[in-house]
Amino acid sequence: MKIHLPNSAFLGNIDPFIRGLDPSSPERLEISANDKWISVHPAVISMVAALGLSVKPENIVCQKFEARSSHYFVRMGLFKLLNIPTDIAITEHEPAGRFIPLTQIRASAELTRFITEMIPLLHLEAEQAKTLGYIVSELVRNVLEHAEAPGGALLCAQYYKKSNAIRIGIADTGVGIKATITRSHRADTDLDAIRLALMPGITGTTPLEGGTEQNAGAGLFFIKSIASVNRDFFVIYSGTGLYKLLKKSSVRRLRLRADPFEDRHAQDGGMPYWRGTVVGVDITLNQTEEFSRLLDAIRETYGSAVRERRQEKYRRPRFS
Amino acid sequence: MTRIGIRGRAGAFAENKDAARDIRLSEIIPALERGEDVVLDFSGVDAATQSFIHALISDLMRKRGAAVLDRLEFKSCNDTVRKIIAIVVDYMQEGAG
Repeated sequence: MKIHLPNSAFLGNIDPFIRGLDPSSPERLEISANDKWISVHPAVISMVAALGLSVKPENIVCQKFEARSSHYFVRMGLFKLLNIPTDIAITEHEPAGRFIPLTQIRASAELTRFITEMIPLLHLEAEQAKTLGYIVSELVRNVLEHAEAPGGALLCAQYYKKSNAIRIGIADTGVGIKATITRSHRADTDLDAIRLALMPGITGTTPLEGGTEQNAGAGLFFIKSIASVNRDFFVIYSGTGLYKLLKKSSVRRLRLRADPFEDRHAQDGGMPYWRGTVVGVDITLNQTEEFSRLLDAIRETYGSAVRERRQEKYRRPRFS
Repeated sequence: MTRIGIRGRAGAFAENKDAARDIRLSEIIPALERGEDVVLDFSGVDAATQSFIHALISDLMRKRGAAVLDRLEFKSCNDTVRKIIAIVVDYMQEGAG
């Protein structure tokens, strides 16, 4: 596999970075980087980490990082996690208020502990902390419960002062969304599977509406809704499918859509194959809708989506 | 009447579905089977995920019907927790199961 860290790769312009991935020879990984400046979304760092942990340490070839911003990857814990020797010197700073370094989560109790410790790191207000905790919990639990990823979930986050935004990236190298969703629903492509996974009430654990006792099929819909209401980017990449919820300039009325393809979005079904799932979310804090108002909109959308699907399945007797 | 404090079992941010399942299996169901009503006390819980609430009550509703809500009381829920519970109760009655 080959992965190149470009000059810039955030959710808005992440497509060229993904197209540049080379998934061939999955037993080894070559990491290269722009030699002038590297500025990337936490999802990109999580992807490198997830790929790196999927191969033996001796099979990772990492080009020497020359860019002036290379120390950022040391701070985020990339080299340490992958056991890559580096001579990049940094002055350790207290991470509070700025970033969550790369973290690997493989068990439910680890996640609960992580969420408890994570909130103080970013010095968030109560409403914003709820939103972030919600996103991390639902996304990581998806990985733990469905992905069958030996390395669990890899995540990191960064606070950007200039835009007053938090960017979060979570990656795994598990079975991917299509393998999970097609256990109970039909999806011919990775994009079809992503679409279903984002709809409220659909889960791979059962064909029934409302899910099972442990899974409702609502987690990703909630996350997409949070991004949609806040007019932020949300990206999900699995297999060859990439779905990107695009930023909206303004929202006159709080309105959510059950079908993610009805949202303003970009999609690509021909991306290099990612074995597993990657999710990136941006949350702009100064426009974060009050969480409870978001829940009102979710309640309305969720209920109508379930009703509509129920009507679609309703069969009338045939008389002749 | 059985009172179950959620904060002590799932923390101030109630998101651990395993904890929710344990509460349901080892405390709520036995109490209902003894014929007791159950008070789920959310005092000190700042937020709960939909997944947590789903794991806590959806199977009760699926197996015992919506009437089980007559025997459950959700106590001291803040606005956020209240709305999450309402979402789960709604979709379980709309078309689930």
